[in-house]
Amino acid sequence: MPAVQETVEQVRSIDVDQYKYGFTTDVEMELAPKGLSEDIVRYISAKKGEPEWMLEWRLDAYRRWLTLREPEWARVHYPKIDFQDLYYYAAPKSNPAPKSLDEIDPAILETYKKLGIPLREQEVLAGVAPENRIAVDAVFDSVSVATTFKDELAKAGVIFCSISEALREHPELVKQYIGSVVPTTDNFYATLNSAVFSDGSFVYVPPGVRCPMELSTYFRINEKNTGQFERTLIIADKGSYVSYLEGCTAPMRDENQLHAAVVELVALEDAEIKYSTVQNWYPGDSEGRGGIYNFVTKRGDCRGARSKISWTQVETGSAITWKYPSCILRGDDSQGEFYSIAVSNGAQQVDSGTKMIHLGKNTRSRIISKGISAGKSQNTYRGLVSAHRRATNAKNFTNCDSLLIGNKCGAHTVPYIESKTASAVFEHEATTSKVSEDQMFYCMQRGLTQEEAIALIVNGFVKDVLQQLPMEFMVEAQKLIAISLEGSVG
Amino acid sequence: MNAVTPIRTAAEQSLISAYAALRAAGAPAPAVEDLRAQGYSRFEASGLPHRRVEEWKYTDLRAMMREAKPLAGAPDASTLLAAKVAVGNIPRIGGSRLVMVDGFYSPELSDTGTMPDGVKVTSLANAIVGRPEIVARLAGSAAAQANAAFALNAAFLTDGLVIEIAPGTDVGHVLDLISITSAGEARLINARVLVLVGEGASAGIVETHVGPAGTDYQKNVALQVVVGNGATLEHGRRQIEGDQALHLATLDADVGAGAHFDTLTLTTGAAVSRSQLFTRFVGENSKATLRGVTMLRGRQHADTSLLMDHAVPHCESKELFKHILDNEAHGVFQGKIIVQPVAQKTDGRMMSQTIMLAEGPAMDNKPELEIFADDVACGHGCTCGELDPDLMFYLKARGIPHGEAEALLVEAFAREAIEDFGEGPLGVVEELREAMLATILDWMRARA
Amino acid sequence: MSLLEIKNLTAKLADEDKQILNGLNLTVEKGQVAAIMGPNGSGKSTLSYVLAGREDYDVTDGEALLDGENILELAPDERAAKGLFLAFQYPIEIPGVGQMTFLKAAINAQRKKNGLGEISTPEFIKLVNGKAKELGISQDMLRRSVNVGFSGGEKKRNEILQMSLLAPKLAILDETDSGLDIDALKIVADGVNAMRSPDRAFVVITHYQRLLDYIRPDVVHVMAGGQIVKSGGPELALELEANGYADIVGKAA
Repeated sequence: MPAVQETVEQVRSIDVDQYKYGFTTDVEMELAPKGLSEDIVRYISAKKGEPEWMLEWRLDAYRRWLTLREPEWARVHYPKIDFQDLYYYAAPKSNPAPKSLDEIDPAILETYKKLGIPLREQEVLAGVAPENRIAVDAVFDSVSVATTFKDELAKAGVIFCSISEALREHPELVKQYIGSVVPTTDNFYATLNSAVFSDGSFVYVPPGVRCPMELSTYFRINEKNTGQFERTLIIADKGSYVSYLEGCTAPMRDENQLHAAVVELVALEDAEIKYSTVQNWYPGDSEGRGGIYNFVTKRGDCRGARSKISWTQVETGSAITWKYPSCILRGDDSQGEFYSIAVSNGAQQVDSGTKMIHLGKNTRSRIISKGISAGKSQNTYRGLVSAHRRATNAKNFTNCDSLLIGNKCGAHTVPYIESKTASAVFEHEATTSKVSEDQMFYCMQRGLTQEEAIALIVNGFVKDVLQQLPMEFMVEAQKLIAISLEGSVG
Repeated sequence: MNAVTPIRTAAEQSLISAYAALRAAGAPAPAVEDLRAQGYSRFEASGLPHRRVEEWKYTDLRAMMREAKPLAGAPDASTLLAAKVAVGNIPRIGGSRLVMVDGFYSPELSDTGTMPDGVKVTSLANAIVGRPEIVARLAGSAAAQANAAFALNAAFLTDGLVIEIAPGTDVGHVLDLISITSAGEARLINARVLVLVGEGASAGIVETHVGPAGTDYQKNVALQVVVGNGATLEHGRRQIEGDQALHLATLDADVGAGAHFDTLTLTTGAAVSRSQLFTRFVGENSKATLRGVTMLRGRQHADTSLLMDHAVPHCESKELFKHILDNEAHGVFQGKIIVQPVAQKTDGRMMSQTIMLAEGPAMDNKPELEIFADDVACGHGCTCGELDPDLMFYLKARGIPHGEAEALLVEAFAREAIEDFGEGPLGVVEELREAMLATILDWMRARA
Repeated sequence: MSLLEIKNLTAKLADEDKQILNGLNLTVEKGQVAAIMGPNGSGKSTLSYVLAGREDYDVTDGEALLDGENILELAPDERAAKGLFLAFQYPIEIPGVGQMTFLKAAINAQRKKNGLGEISTPEFIKLVNGKAKELGISQDMLRRSVNVGFSGGEKKRNEILQMSLLAPKLAILDETDSGLDIDALKIVADGVNAMRSPDRAFVVITHYQRLLDYIRPDVVHVMAGGQIVKSGGPELALELEANGYADIVGKAA
């Protein structure tokens, strides 16, 4: 178990308020004028060279957004966001649409290197077995700067590119699916995203194809006073399979920054999508200064029979997390899964969970959520499981456990369980407890320090979820969790 | 700022004029007038709750209460005579019977003579005279005060009962409280009962709510309970209202130190009902058990919403609710356990289980935990589904007919919530358990 | 210098007033196996918890010197690093934490405090497998979470496995015999006996003579009312078995 030891080493070597990814990159950026208006929406669309229908779609969303109010039902508190005081578009000036790595600003390449995300394929290839390769789409503020292994993926028929490129190269696919899972009218933040989204990833896996490697997108917010609004669309056609991972970091800044993403997944008949997130946006300092406001709408549509969508998330960052990756189980015999670890420390506020909407017959879902609250943080699980009349023999199993470390934090559970079908079988269980003193004493009697003991016990607590992550990210996530809990005992 | 004039529904308008009429007629005491005014102002501000109000998400009272019936007045002689006959047909549970007709206490129909020592029963109107501590209690907990049904109950506060159990008294038998609605034109019945269990005392109370079938009367009752330090209260409740009735009930309980409170509700009646339980620990080392069995058929709607407030350390609460739904019935369970920052060493366990006997019913569950203290062991569970097909098959393979097999399994399912009720000193609670199980069996038999 | 010297140790449960240890004095020499016997409630387990540093207890007076150093102010892990090991009467279950993970973490914690690098994986596996085999601990048990799903006997053997891996200076065995059948008792005793050495001492807390048939003590102390009330040779244990505690405890009171 080198991870725990390593973790503890790492924990020791940093201060409470230190965030490993908190550096800034000095790149000359091109910014849209501050604020939001129809002109800004047109500006973004024009920058991207989008087709006319896309501009109309965005403008519709923008007009709709003007009529909406910010949702207030979540257990999160923050000063009102001034949506006119943000930049909605920020792209590196040197070359916003580089054709090859050589055209990218070296400072940006250096940034990704520092983050441990190699963008040069030959660097990735060195010493890595082909099946362990990962293709990366790197998004820097508002634009995708590079996508690796595109050619190799294309050989298998897999399209993996930025959504801007997809709009240019594959407009018919985008037009068919965008907004079909999260409509432009969905909610305040999703509607805002629809109007102003700047970039994100697009994946299409053709029928019967098992995507030959892991796909991932790495999101980096760099510029200050800039919102990041990415949009990701993944389509798994009949009988295909894809595993996708996203990671995110941002510099440490005293002011809050907004991140409002939309992710749409579509799984057709017999297709499977596995979507993993390691969210490590800057959480703010221990007093709650700075940090990312993370308002995200993620939804998967199991549109075809026997399709499957699985969400796994490790949430350690952000000042505020507001996200509910959900599954619409439309196809008969389809399956949805949600595995979550949400760690909050300092002054972080997490309100996260999932929705499993059972529409089809014999649909199944499984929810495993592990919340860990420390410091002065508040951590809420909010979830919905529902079975509609047609969803005969639907099954759900939910387990949500919360762990409290220290007596200044809060852990809350708000599940909604709604059934309209007798043959649907729903089972839900939730527990809240603290790290057991007996376990702590036992570990310490065997020579582990308090921090080592906490790391060990917490890793045990979240094990069921960690195991769902792709192997190479499991260790990373394990470390991240321990680092996030640094300073929580004492 | 422009004042927003809310659009009032027909029911809201009737309630507003009913209050005005009541106010014009005057209150039995100035204290009552104040309580009414407080309740009314809360109602006036927010109107009848609807589905956009989170606590009423699944019970849209504004839509379900299309009109408000006229307020019931005190029963006349012939009404009392009819009520006497009806009450006589309800088998007794335990000891002294107390009867309320249309929300008014009726000493004539009650066993005032046989009241045990240490038990004082007074009509609410009389009890508050010169007793500010009673008036203060009637204002209710913060949770109750914020609640629409309780606010309406306060607005129309007229009569009810105050039951006082003197410190150290062991009542030894159950108070059998019948709340009956008389036949005739449908009206709105409003009643309040306050039960004060003194330090170290123990008592049992069973409420039975009945009324005529075929009439859409409305009833909004509140029971306030104070369980003193070291005291025990066991509370049973049978809601067997008429099939067209609307029934709203609030239980507002404060549980003192080293005290024990156990409450069990059986719901089979009314077209629309909501049972609200606000329970709060105000002293350490106490225990509360909240439980219920709800059986619904046709298009009945029943909502159980509870708030268990662990405001002090070292307390234990258990919540167990069972729902059996047939036809196109709609069951709701909302349960929230709050553990306040000071409430270390809290133990809270909540469970809601549902069995659906047909394809048509719907069940909505919202079991919540809100925890601000770390040294706690809290949990909730929720299950929903049909009767276990394996068990059904097993029973049928042993020659038991389908209907009987269902009845057996349903009884076993419900029994769990009833079985250990009344483990305290109150032996006669056995009668209540038996009566409830009999009701459950009758209900199952009536299905066939 | 004695390995362990306890002087006038007085302790109580943190949230209660009642003293459980009442000025206890005890000396354990290097190489010694000292048995502590006594009736229920005499404070035997409290003594083991106080020595290991459990937070639920408050030491109100006295000191406990390990190799001449007072350990009562140290955190439990610091005491462990100084070579103190407690075999728990009720070993704790830690769901999700693999047995091997746990053992390796404990070994490495110890090595680090001794200025050594981490143990290599092959070396670690060899070490554990060897010891596990001697104690009849199956590979399956090693694959499970710490103590989760273990029988009472398996948990006790697991304690002895940890003890032999950590090779402490002073091992306190708290009622290690409870819940063991005779075969398991023998395995556990063999494990302890194999570790006896001139540099190491054992404090064996037990209720019954039975365990002492297999782990022969050098001295036997009788505890009652939070004090050592009588000390003697191995024959004292036999005497207790025959006559019960009433005699001695009665006299002391």
